[in-house]
Amino acid sequence: MFVKKLALAGVMTVLAGSSAMACGIDARVSIVGNEFPAIQTVGAGAQECSGAEVTTNLTADHQKINVPGMQGNPAEYTSAIIANSSIVALMNEDVIRPLDDLVAKHGKHLKKNQLVTINGKVMAVAFMANAQHLVYRADVLEQIGVEPPKTYEDMLAAAKMIRDKGIMPNPVGGAYKAGWNLAQEFNNMFLGMGGSHFKSGSAAPNVNSEAGVKALNMMKSLSEYMNPDFLTHDSNATNAEFRAGNVAIMNMWGSRAATLVTADGVPQEVVDGFAIAGPMTAGGGSTPASTLWWDGWTVAKNVSDAEAEATFVAMTHAIRPEILADGDVATQAVWLIDGYKPTPAAVGVFAAAEANTIPYPMLPYMGLLHTALGNELADFMQGKESAEQALADVEAAYTAAAKEKGFL
Amino acid sequence: MKHRTFFWFFMPTGLAMLLFIALPILSVVVQSMHTPHEAVLLTVENCTPFKCTEETTIDQDATAALRAAEPLGRFVGLDIYLDRAHLAIGEVGEAWASSASWSAFFSALSNLPFYRAMSFTLVFIFTVTPMVIILGLLIALSVNSIYAQLRGIVIFFSLLPFVITPLIGALVLYWMIDSRGILGNLLQWMAGDPSLSLKASTGLMWVSLIIYGIWHAAPFAFVIFYAGLQTLPQDQMEAAQIDGASRFQRVRYVILPHLMPLVTFVTLIQLMDNFRVFEPIIGFNAEAHATSLSWAVFNDLGGETRQFSSAAATSVITIIGVAILLTPVLIRTWRDFRGKV
Repeated sequence: MFVKKLALAGVMTVLAGSSAMACGIDARVSIVGNEFPAIQTVGAGAQECSGAEVTTNLTADHQKINVPGMQGNPAEYTSAIIANSSIVALMNEDVIRPLDDLVAKHGKHLKKNQLVTINGKVMAVAFMANAQHLVYRADVLEQIGVEPPKTYEDMLAAAKMIRDKGIMPNPVGGAYKAGWNLAQEFNNMFLGMGGSHFKSGSAAPNVNSEAGVKALNMMKSLSEYMNPDFLTHDSNATNAEFRAGNVAIMNMWGSRAATLVTADGVPQEVVDGFAIAGPMTAGGGSTPASTLWWDGWTVAKNVSDAEAEATFVAMTHAIRPEILADGDVATQAVWLIDGYKPTPAAVGVFAAAEANTIPYPMLPYMGLLHTALGNELADFMQGKESAEQALADVEAAYTAAAKEKGFL
Repeated sequence: MKHRTFFWFFMPTGLAMLLFIALPILSVVVQSMHTPHEAVLLTVENCTPFKCTEETTIDQDATAALRAAEPLGRFVGLDIYLDRAHLAIGEVGEAWASSASWSAFFSALSNLPFYRAMSFTLVFIFTVTPMVIILGLLIALSVNSIYAQLRGIVIFFSLLPFVITPLIGALVLYWMIDSRGILGNLLQWMAGDPSLSLKASTGLMWVSLIIYGIWHAAPFAFVIFYAGLQTLPQDQMEAAQIDGASRFQRVRYVILPHLMPLVTFVTLIQLMDNFRVFEPIIGFNAEAHATSLSWAVFNDLGGETRQFSSAAATSVITIIGVAILLTPVLIRTWRDFRGKV
């Protein structure tokens, strides 16, 4: 055991020595987070630190375990990697600590826009941005002689032409799986149509509005050009349709676009025709029908100050500018790290940020509305009820949940 | 047995039952009658990588004080049970008052999460349970009558659907009925309709889930009945044969009465299992078409904001539902028992 530890320490020293900045810590670090490539890089970066144990638990189920894993005292996890939607759950349960003192002490090279502040206190350090945007087949659009769509109305017109010409029966892709995905597509379209989720300054829902009805009708029109199984397709299944050459235009996550056609067995014409562009607008609005996201890390409240400091040091080390020297790492995400130069895969997310896409709302009750949307909109998409009825159901379901949680 | 002996004999079991069954149920009941405190909200300025905005957040200090004063949360009695996500008393009353016809009332009812879940669950229970028993019996009778040396291998393969992890079994079938899967494609070809999709139609999705339910549970009924058949007294069968009973009559008047206690047992287990139908809904991604109470609990606890009180209320309703379903079978068993004493 001792020999093993010694060997491990040796490896760590070599690793730390090979990187530009050595990272030494003197207390335990334990990280929980999602498992996509950029986060794997951050987790591995933190593990380069020597002097104390650094463990990671990177899993798609991170949201189910991060709150319980940080509620104990001392907390199991000293850091949770989260996004702007999931930081809310950690804030609601008061399990993360302000980082201002640690930023002053160890965070000199962090850029100001990486610091996520809530009520003036730094609560998270962001390291990457994400958004949904257009992904399309340049060859197919060339065949029908249209430019990449800038609006969802153009997308519908292009879809009709592709179908009428017999190129693809269902040319539109969309992650419309009943539940979280369907609700997210509604959020995009709703914000693009000029809607806002809550009545100003309160937790009262505001989706049963003209913008809501317009958003649903647009989604219904799009779904007519989708695989009939669209209510069971999440973003993985939608990507599979694109890879198989069944889909020519879709709204897709930037974090998944970079690696979309690198999988095995993707037909050559899909690889060659693959192209991305910024998010589309809808209903004549100028705000893109999309949301902006950031991913970042937090430090647990219920750990000793030494552990919090070690965690901050290790996590800052993991997102230091030098990691961008590795070409693979640079393409993994739209990094917010100093010195990042956008790769071709990043143009969609950058266009989204430049077009003033609205960030996903960071409100304590947004999660409840998201769940209600996911459960109640499927009936409308199947043609079982009107848009107004579906939105009234959403508001009723949300109201019941928000009353239970004490928000209304 | 003396009372004192019985007490000491029963105590370890009783203690375990108290600890692992009674207390958790009590805790769920308590949870279902409490909700989190009124959130104390603050408007603050949040800055993200994109911009700074005025947003609402929870006042942690005020909330912590509330929590310290009443750790269980607000007592709300049966409010959660009666809200829209559960029994929806107010909404049902409204639907009753405003509906001109029965069909309008039922369509309003099916728009409420609890009644939507119950409509699928009840159809599932009352188709799957009898089919599982009939199919299980048929397989048991067939296996029992084949050449003895072949039985082992036939039993092994017949048991496979039950051995497969339910979620995996559901996923296998899910991909087979995909419009590009082997079964989905076959159905399209047979119906002559290339746009036919099992996953897009509520009715066909229900049929798929029910077929999955039967496929998965029939081996369970089979293996119980097959074990029962091994205890069938041969002299009774021979006597029936000598009396000139046909094969059907032997099954109807000798085998079935012999297996009746096992039929009751399988019915009980199946009613309970099917009421809690869950894995196929997840495996088939069928949330848009079919839900169940177990799915509702999963959904309450799976969102970014967990709804413990709502999940607890649904769990208590599930327990009550199982009790109601089992009552007729239990009463019948009790009568049989009394009859024998």
